[in-house]
Amino acid sequence: KNQVHNLQELRRSASLATKVFIQRDYSDGTICQFQTKFPPELDSRIERQLFEETVKTLNGFYAEAEKIGGSSYLEGCLACATAYFIFLCMETHYEKVLKKISRYIQEQNEKIFAPRGLLLTDPVERGMRVIEISIYEDRCSSGSSSSGSSSGSGSSSAGGGGAGAR
Amino acid sequence: MPPGGGGPMKDCEYSQISTHSSSPMESPHKKKKIAARRKWEVFPGRNKFFCNGRIMMARQTGVFYLTLILILVTSALFFAFDSGEEDVPLGLQDELVTLASCCPYLAVKITPAIPVVGGILFFFVMGTLLRTSFSDPGVLPRATPDEAADLERQIDIANGTSSGGYRPPPRTKEVIINGQTVKLKYCFTCKIFRPPRASHCSLCDNCVERFDHHCPWVGNCVGKRNYRFFYMFILSLSFLTVFIFAFVITHVILRSQQTGFLNALKDSPASVLEAVVCFFSVWSIVGLSGFHTYLISSNQTTNEDIKGSWSNKRGKENYNPYSYGNIFTNCCVALCGPISPSLIDRRGYIQPDTPQPAAPSNGITMYGAMQSQSDMAAATPLLQSEPSLTSDEMHLPGKPGLGTPCTSLTLGQPTPPSSMPNLTAEATLSDILPLKDEHGGHQFLTPDEAPSPPRMLGAGSPLTHSRTMHVLGLASQDSLHEDSVRGLVKLSSV
Repeated sequence: KNQVHNLQELRRSASLATKVFIQRDYSDGTICQFQTKFPPELDSRIERQLFEETVKTLNGFYAEAEKIGGSSYLEGCLACATAYFIFLCMETHYEKVLKKISRYIQEQNEKIFAPRGLLLTDPVERGMRVIEISIYEDRCSSGSSSSGSSSGSGSSSAGGGGAGAR
Repeated sequence: MPPGGGGPMKDCEYSQISTHSSSPMESPHKKKKIAARRKWEVFPGRNKFFCNGRIMMARQTGVFYLTLILILVTSALFFAFDSGEEDVPLGLQDELVTLASCCPYLAVKITPAIPVVGGILFFFVMGTLLRTSFSDPGVLPRATPDEAADLERQIDIANGTSSGGYRPPPRTKEVIINGQTVKLKYCFTCKIFRPPRASHCSLCDNCVERFDHHCPWVGNCVGKRNYRFFYMFILSLSFLTVFIFAFVITHVILRSQQTGFLNALKDSPASVLEAVVCFFSVWSIVGLSGFHTYLISSNQTTNEDIKGSWSNKRGKENYNPYSYGNIFTNCCVALCGPISPSLIDRRGYIQPDTPQPAAPSNGITMYGAMQSQSDMAAATPLLQSEPSLTSDEMHLPGKPGLGTPCTSLTLGQPTPPSSMPNLTAEATLSDILPLKDEHGGHQFLTPDEAPSPPRMLGAGSPLTHSRTMHVLGLASQDSLHEDSVRGLVKLSSV
């Protein structure tokens, strides 16, 4: 409840400045991996190491989900033997790992990203193509130097002016 | 909560959301009307959905029903007339067989295992067929407006061109996979760079991962998620076809030993029909199974094989970077590897705050996803102070603009016919919009219309690439804002 209260405060005081997209890294084939290259927009917001650690952990989770080995073969053979009817009642290994991933992302958002005014979106909601990181600017601190905040406050007043002209 | 100026309007948005997340109040009625729609209802591809989004098929399903009928009728005839079990005393056997048409023959004459094995095969065939036809082949959802805008910006930076009047060259990215250079193409409909091995199906108008082919017999695309079902279907169907064919022939031979060939045919006309159907099916289905067995063992898709992407004929250094080296591993991975879940979330509810135009400028959001400049602030005053300028920009290139994208669309993109009607619709809207300026934008973007922007955007992106640049600054920021608020709402539901 405390966390919800804090996040609502964040919402009231922050406005979205921009979004950064971490693209997929296809150098190992079609398995799901994200680029660990540090985007320049996050330079002032978060430590490089924290960011890289988060992406590497996510990559590790996806590798675990797509791992081909004894247990995945067993699952596949069992499913085939039942003419795949077993999928109607059983959750696949991949789905279980995806749930783990969304819990991890929520955790990371609460502990690390939200206090820095950032928000990670689960890649599964973006078709596993990108990790979307939303960057927020604190409205109250209008004196912050990045151009994002000035554009945020500038456009909100301009938008208001346009609507008022009706 | 009527909107006033800028401040109260912004507060209005926030207060709507806080009631939405905390407790149901008077907004649930509005919320229910919009939130009652599931995502499959506004899916931009050309698919049909049944059972409230649980079943997903291509638009043309006629041939699928033909497949079903052929399999069901042939199998039914086999079980009714040729095989099956019955307690018949040995002496009266032959007379009863000739008299009663429903009398099972082979079960009594040879072994009752025949209908049992036949039954198992039939069950397997139907199960895999329905799985192949009804499941999501691995459709990639289309890019969100922010994602598409970000990609466009990166492409412009890479190409070194600003939004000119002509269409930039087709967009590709190169990636080195396992030592092979693979080109990733940009999909103009879905606004994404296709992952390796993905392809855009022009019949379904979707990008599909590990696209194999679109199978009309199955009424669906065959892609990453349903390839093993498809393979098991054709494999089991070939066994079933061979099985039925063999035992129908046996049946006729056994009968003709007693009553002569022509009489045997007369006595069991069903066998003739079954034999004919099976004879023609055997060649095609067994051949197809053999072909797909080869594809699986070399880890290629039909698409790649037809194009000869990895064949040695292209060059000595050309090899398949996705193959695991040996046939056994390739087969195991293709058939028993993990299945990724569906990415399109067809039964999820549409978030109620997404399509709502909170501010009149959101009426331009329909065009707003094409591109965003890095300094949105600069674009905004342009919109406010010079609406006439934007209207001129939109009017003039409207007609000639239609000409060039037509031809260039056909070059890079397999779905020009589908995008044509949308182009004309968008051109008319762009004519209307500047006349009424922001008011007009708000008026015709009702919540009902709003869910269809992705379709419009997909068609219109190359056309309005240059012209909407100035208009987009405010619009894209508002859509970003709505997205962020949505994200925060989700986070607050922790």
